[in-house]
Amino acid sequence: MADKFNSKIPDGPLAEKWTKRKSEIRLVSPNNKRKLEIIVVGTGLGGASAAASLGELGYNVKVFCISDSPRRAHSIAAQGGINAAKNYQNDNDSIYRLFYDTIKGGDYRSREANVYRLAEVSSAIIDQCVAQGVPFAREYGGYLANRSFGGVQVSRTFYARGQTGQQLLLGAYASLNKEIAAGTVKSYPRHEMLDLVIINGEAKGIITRNLVTGEIERFGAHAVVLATGGYGNTYFLSTNAMNSNGSAAWQCYKKGAYFANPCFAQIHPTCIPVHGEQQSKLTLMSESLRNDGRIWVPKKKEDVDKLRKHEIKPSQIPEEDRDYYLERRYPAFGNLVPRDVASRAAKERCDAGYGVNETGLAVFLDFKDAIARLGHQRVAERYGNLFEMYEKITASSPWKEPMMIYPAIHYTMGGIWVDYDLQTTIPGLYAIGEANFSDHGGNRLGASALMQGLADGYFILPITIGDYLSHKFAEPKTDTSAPEFDKAEAEVKAKIEKLFAIKGKQTVDSLHKKLGHIMWEHVGMAREAESLKVGIQQIQALKKEFWSDVYVPGENGEFNQELEKALRLADFLEIGELMARDALNRNESCGGHFRIESQTPEGEAKRDDENYMYVAAWEYKGENVEPELHKEPLVYENIKVATRNYKD
Amino acid sequence: MDFNLKIWRQKNAKAKGHFETYHITGIEEDASFLEMLDILNEQLIREGMDPVAVDKGCQSSGPVSFDHDCREGICGACSLYIDGRAHGPDGHVTTCQLFMRNFKDGATITVEPWRSSGFPVIKDLVVDRTAFDKILQAGGFISVRTGSAQDSNNSLIPHDQAESSMDAAACIGCGACVATCKNGSAMLFVGARVSSLALLPQGRPEAARRARAMVAKMDELGFGNCTNTRACEMECPKGISVEHIARLNREFLKAKFSE
Repeated sequence: MADKFNSKIPDGPLAEKWTKRKSEIRLVSPNNKRKLEIIVVGTGLGGASAAASLGELGYNVKVFCISDSPRRAHSIAAQGGINAAKNYQNDNDSIYRLFYDTIKGGDYRSREANVYRLAEVSSAIIDQCVAQGVPFAREYGGYLANRSFGGVQVSRTFYARGQTGQQLLLGAYASLNKEIAAGTVKSYPRHEMLDLVIINGEAKGIITRNLVTGEIERFGAHAVVLATGGYGNTYFLSTNAMNSNGSAAWQCYKKGAYFANPCFAQIHPTCIPVHGEQQSKLTLMSESLRNDGRIWVPKKKEDVDKLRKHEIKPSQIPEEDRDYYLERRYPAFGNLVPRDVASRAAKERCDAGYGVNETGLAVFLDFKDAIARLGHQRVAERYGNLFEMYEKITASSPWKEPMMIYPAIHYTMGGIWVDYDLQTTIPGLYAIGEANFSDHGGNRLGASALMQGLADGYFILPITIGDYLSHKFAEPKTDTSAPEFDKAEAEVKAKIEKLFAIKGKQTVDSLHKKLGHIMWEHVGMAREAESLKVGIQQIQALKKEFWSDVYVPGENGEFNQELEKALRLADFLEIGELMARDALNRNESCGGHFRIESQTPEGEAKRDDENYMYVAAWEYKGENVEPELHKEPLVYENIKVATRNYKD
Repeated sequence: MDFNLKIWRQKNAKAKGHFETYHITGIEEDASFLEMLDILNEQLIREGMDPVAVDKGCQSSGPVSFDHDCREGICGACSLYIDGRAHGPDGHVTTCQLFMRNFKDGATITVEPWRSSGFPVIKDLVVDRTAFDKILQAGGFISVRTGSAQDSNNSLIPHDQAESSMDAAACIGCGACVATCKNGSAMLFVGARVSSLALLPQGRPEAARRARAMVAKMDELGFGNCTNTRACEMECPKGISVEHIARLNREFLKAKFSE
């Protein structure tokens, strides 16, 4: 226990830790790499970059994804950009500042050493992507352009219009294709991981369902890399893609991988408000819009009433009657405060009765001043595609009237616990990208998810995994006829049969919507002990309802999307409960986690460093048994822990 | 809003397909086309639950399968041929960004899968587009290893050139171009990739090999030729221009002459 739950942070000065660790890591010779097999699950930025880089190194890689092509992983939807400490703008950026901003933005709940390494490799990511042909925005002189983002005071964000995630993923996917063509990587699209196989305490393979034929298949390897993203869809409505899910990570948790900080979910301030019960997902409007857009609600309640009744247009409200509440409350950062702060401020105004649409759950994001200052053409260059997208969805033009926005679940900072090498508490199982917990603490800064996924996949995992594999090359290939595979496969099949056998009266989606309502109500933007306890009870009751009353049509041996959803919802129900448990345990307000009991008189979040400056890592103890909490203390040696201040 | 939906149903790749007609009511005009299909599926699943109806042999073919994921118009998963047009009647959007306010209340809407020999049907409205992956694996990349890149600002790329490359790189690989083309040609897809890389200095060393290999693979996989009808450009949800097909042709010819 003591050894597997050890962060293994290298000794020595912060800036030398990664160099030191790299020099200690044992190498695997090229002829031995050929004998080693690695499974990578997921093909977003983390998975695709890791699989490609491992293939280049000469390992035998199998890569799995649930979509019909690796290119469709949800990283593709990231809009605004990717951070790197290049200091191309001469605005005094540095590795240290990127490190500092990330730790501070994460509200002092991430590991110093991991975050410093992330900042350290950030520049190489940009170089790598450019070399792959990613068409980042350029200045007229041909040099790379930058924009600024929330929570920082420098311009370090590289971007490709509002489609940065798409372009970075196409870069990683191209490298993956290169390796598939070279024969080092074999790709398995439309395959979903349904279980992890452990032999003698080490991760040795996975069980998958072929989503076209329904066949349950076994794959063995010397190591398994989990790159399956986050669990934001627990809430039903989120900005995540419809098929994004936490199931692969959850199976690993149930097989012994600790799950860290599950309650840290990011609520993104700039999403299109909910329009009705028929809605299937929420759409994000890039944070980059906050560079030039100003957020406001009316000062007068009578204006709010008129807006809700459509008696006036927002543009008719005079300047002096507008409350630019972020600029008012946080003069130093204004509209560019971090996401958690901006989201809570929107909720505060709406709760006070100033929400600007019929549901009372919306605020304005206004480009009037930006259009006047920059002109139509320059605004169009920066945000044109986002304006079009907004107009398509809402039938209202941001050129004429302000956008309406409201916070929505967007990203999960929590995830599978990993050590400095990105290895989980199960030897041979690694977790990268959003699937792990390591770098963003209680809140992720904008344009940092892409950075972390690619840092893990290109530059960290391919090196650290070598240390584990360096003493595995003599081992034979994993025998998938081992009894451990038999057992795992039998369990998966039994679970599927059980689902079909229920033949209840509720559809998967209707149950998922119920879970979403419970989560948003009790484990949402403001959490409180009694309400969390109620939430836990309701989730447990809903889980029983699911297992006794769900209806899954069709059969296993076919393309069956309802079965896919049912298997995922079975896990979301358990993930939701753990999120609530973790939120109940953490009696402090920190990053995206706001406890009503823990706030300042002005309503700002109040951290409790004395009691909660730790990573909460949960260990599975069995069905209907309370999980065990392990604490990894967080030590800050290079940064002064302070109250986050975005006011001055 | 109420609609009659005439939807292609096909149990699997080998089965023979047919149209089934459904009536659906109470759709919000702000609902997306896929949300409307979600509601239809909810209805079809509930019908399947009813043991009386099933005993009488009234069971439908179950919920309609269709590919979808991000629902933000960027992943390229959604497809659908709606009333004879790829991604439906609204211009330059994917099906997930098509909203019901674009249809007349009470309309009959016909929904089919992409139809192309390059994209065999898997089930109902879901098709197999792995041919696109294979074309890209033939050469749609720059051969750079992780770690060997130079500093990004060592090679300058003029603003307009980077923007043109980005125009081509915006392709989402949905396959609307193939589904729309009377020849089932994948030239817009291939042209977009070849062009986006050929426009960048780092893409030049392999430009000839890339154009040759990707065109050869496209032909091998049974996609048709381009006869310049420009239908693909009209229906591309990302508005990819046929000028990229022209550039593909130039790159391909250059490659031929350099052989």
